[in-house]
Amino acid sequence: MEEEVRLMKGNEAIAHAAIRYGADGYFGYPITPQSEILETLEAEMPWETTGMVVLQAESEVAAINMVYGGAACGKAVFTSSSSPGISLKQEGISYIAAGELPALIINVMRGGPGLGTIHPSQSDYFQATKGGGHGDYHLIVLAPSTVQEMADFVGLGFDLAFKYRTPAMILADGIVGQMMEKVVLPPARPRRTPEQIAEQCPWAVTGRPATRRPNVITTLELDSAMMEKHNERYQQTYRLIEQNEVRYDEYMTSDAEYLIVAFGSIARICQKSIEDARSRGIKVGLIRPITLWPFPTEAIRQLSRRVKGVMVVELNAGQMIEDVRIAVEGRVPVCHFGRMGGIVPNPQEVLDSFIADFPDSRH
Amino acid sequence: MKEEIIIAGFGGQGVLSMGKILAYAGLMDDLEVTWMPSYGPEQRGGTANVTVILSDSPISSPVLDSYDTAVLLNQQSIDKFESKVKPGGTLIYDPYGVHTPPTRTDISIVPVQAMEASFEMASAKTYNMLLLGALLKIRGLVPVESVMKGLKKTLPERHHHLLPQNEAAILRGMELARTE
Amino acid sequence: MTPQDIIRPENKVYARPALLNENNMHYCPGCSHGVVHKLIAEVLEEMGLADKAIGIAPVGCAVFAYNYVDIDWIEAAHGRAPAVATAVKRLDPTRMVFTYQGDGDLAAIGTCEAIHAANRAENIAIIFINNGIYGMTGGQMAPTTLEGMKTSTTPYGRRVELNGYPLAITNLMTQLDGTCYVTRQAVHTPAAVRKTKAAIRQAFSNSMDGSGTSVVEVVSTCASGWKMTPVQANKWMEENMFAKYPLGDLKNTVQQ
Repeated sequence: MEEEVRLMKGNEAIAHAAIRYGADGYFGYPITPQSEILETLEAEMPWETTGMVVLQAESEVAAINMVYGGAACGKAVFTSSSSPGISLKQEGISYIAAGELPALIINVMRGGPGLGTIHPSQSDYFQATKGGGHGDYHLIVLAPSTVQEMADFVGLGFDLAFKYRTPAMILADGIVGQMMEKVVLPPARPRRTPEQIAEQCPWAVTGRPATRRPNVITTLELDSAMMEKHNERYQQTYRLIEQNEVRYDEYMTSDAEYLIVAFGSIARICQKSIEDARSRGIKVGLIRPITLWPFPTEAIRQLSRRVKGVMVVELNAGQMIEDVRIAVEGRVPVCHFGRMGGIVPNPQEVLDSFIADFPDSRH
Repeated sequence: MKEEIIIAGFGGQGVLSMGKILAYAGLMDDLEVTWMPSYGPEQRGGTANVTVILSDSPISSPVLDSYDTAVLLNQQSIDKFESKVKPGGTLIYDPYGVHTPPTRTDISIVPVQAMEASFEMASAKTYNMLLLGALLKIRGLVPVESVMKGLKKTLPERHHHLLPQNEAAILRGMELARTE
Repeated sequence: MTPQDIIRPENKVYARPALLNENNMHYCPGCSHGVVHKLIAEVLEEMGLADKAIGIAPVGCAVFAYNYVDIDWIEAAHGRAPAVATAVKRLDPTRMVFTYQGDGDLAAIGTCEAIHAANRAENIAIIFINNGIYGMTGGQMAPTTLEGMKTSTTPYGRRVELNGYPLAITNLMTQLDGTCYVTRQAVHTPAAVRKTKAAIRQAFSNSMDGSGTSVVEVVSTCASGWKMTPVQANKWMEENMFAKYPLGDLKNTVQQ
């Protein structure tokens, strides 16, 4: 398959991108607003072309444990769900992190808590960036804001997961999952061969050839001294990721007197608010964290030295704002605008809230 | 060029697919497009709407608070979106079953008798294509050839025999918009 | 005659299978796990499957199975072994994939995964150790605990009105179209050990032939959990466990 320009939903783009990446397997369970990922994969029948396995599991719990099994074999495997289903997967995600296994998990967020709503939300920021499951671990968290990024982050997520042997998450929301946009799908590449897996992932469980010791993927260690050593190793990996993999986008920050911080599709709503603000002479810029973990702390810290105020816009009660406050270190006021329960603010609402918080911005 | 459009009506009226064909037509014309549905269990009988943006430059927000053009297919949608049309914008609606028509004077209001026309064409499935034809006639946006290419892309091949019927409906819709 | 006269290759009638390493097992005296581990190692070796085998270890006493049998292993979260095995086998159907699970793992927390993997006819073998108790966590009630049986969470004996009935999960699994071979064995006598070995061999062979899911239940003792000597435990098992969990093939759809 060559590079191709298509019009599709973010969820569909993920499915197509995964097939073209050469993913080995997908295991998932239907839940709105992301079921198109499984539906598209089933319709595309990649097992007939690339040999990719697609399976509708009996539950989110089973699906994440299938991913754990596939990842233990050095395969490029992924799962997707939405908020309540991601809660169910947390145990498995903790095991994948502890087993130092590469895997990709997609959360197309909906409003919670509980069964909540099927409408868009960003209320799983804490869950995604601060651990989620038990134990001291992190996921690499990528936040797409366009359908193109939904497609691009599949490959990026897998590459980072394999580079650091750690699970990566695409933290999307119902908007970018359900909307259609133009997307350039990458050219297809072949799945890795068993020989390539054996070479690139010498730890992988493949069936033991006589030439090596058994490979065992386990997360149990009853010797506390050893368990602390494992934890230290995980932390070393996380420090490396923090050094190398911070990604963010800036919009009109060069002369900005105020800063908006927003991620995912909400950042695009804020972009439009900023277009309107600029037309009224208000100098505001946007920083959009692309990796929510590792967080672009330093970039926000630098910008906070030359602005008068920061507003964090999120579809939640105030989660990312805590990381922004850490970055800003109290230099300037940091305020929050959020909607919850599946309500998506329009650009005007965001701007009204900004002006209410920073009345001096109009001059 | 940038056109921000809302299409709203009952689920089952072809609201989402009308938006989809428009978005595909934009893609065929090398425009940037977004198609943002009100998603969920709003199937036949519920309310559904879709925001379509066509632009020759990158599109920021897919969620809007005001629109250049609204295509409104039932009373609830008129009640909800009439006030959201930008001054100088266009509101296209089907008077069928509408008891309180739109009244704003700072926008151009175009009634299109699409339901009646679909009865004449003896196919309820042409309904949204009639309105799409009217929209194209009034707003330009994309050439009919691009729409037909878009239609061909969105329809599964087993339904390609319906393409002539759809094209006829689009052309009929363009006539309806002219005679109003 | 000295011992050296006897220790000669031509006199050798039994050897530890090479796949079973020399690590000291952590299992209690009289435990059935060690025997079943050895049988798995023997069967894999005899079938020439050592380089194809991938074992999925449970949570429970056998969590450390990977310390004793020198093949590739994945240690699964509690109850999830059949889901893990599903992915491993589907991603590479040429592998010999089996789960090794206890009664809590398979019949309580992992019922959903076990039933659904079997219902999908995953080409895996499930080795199921049923000793009617949670060994590793210190002798709590299992789903298979017999009525009246004392455990640390049923200190006055299991009462069905409180705890429900002992769960014959294997019988349930015979009802699934995806299972091709379901059998219940034990390892308390040499004859029983030989039958269990044959059952494991058939299960592994089914898995490689793509015949569907095979389940080998091994009714076992837990002398420590039952608070008995190994000999008493064997006798108690024969008199009580076998009454509720009688030995023999429950289902076999594969042509021999």
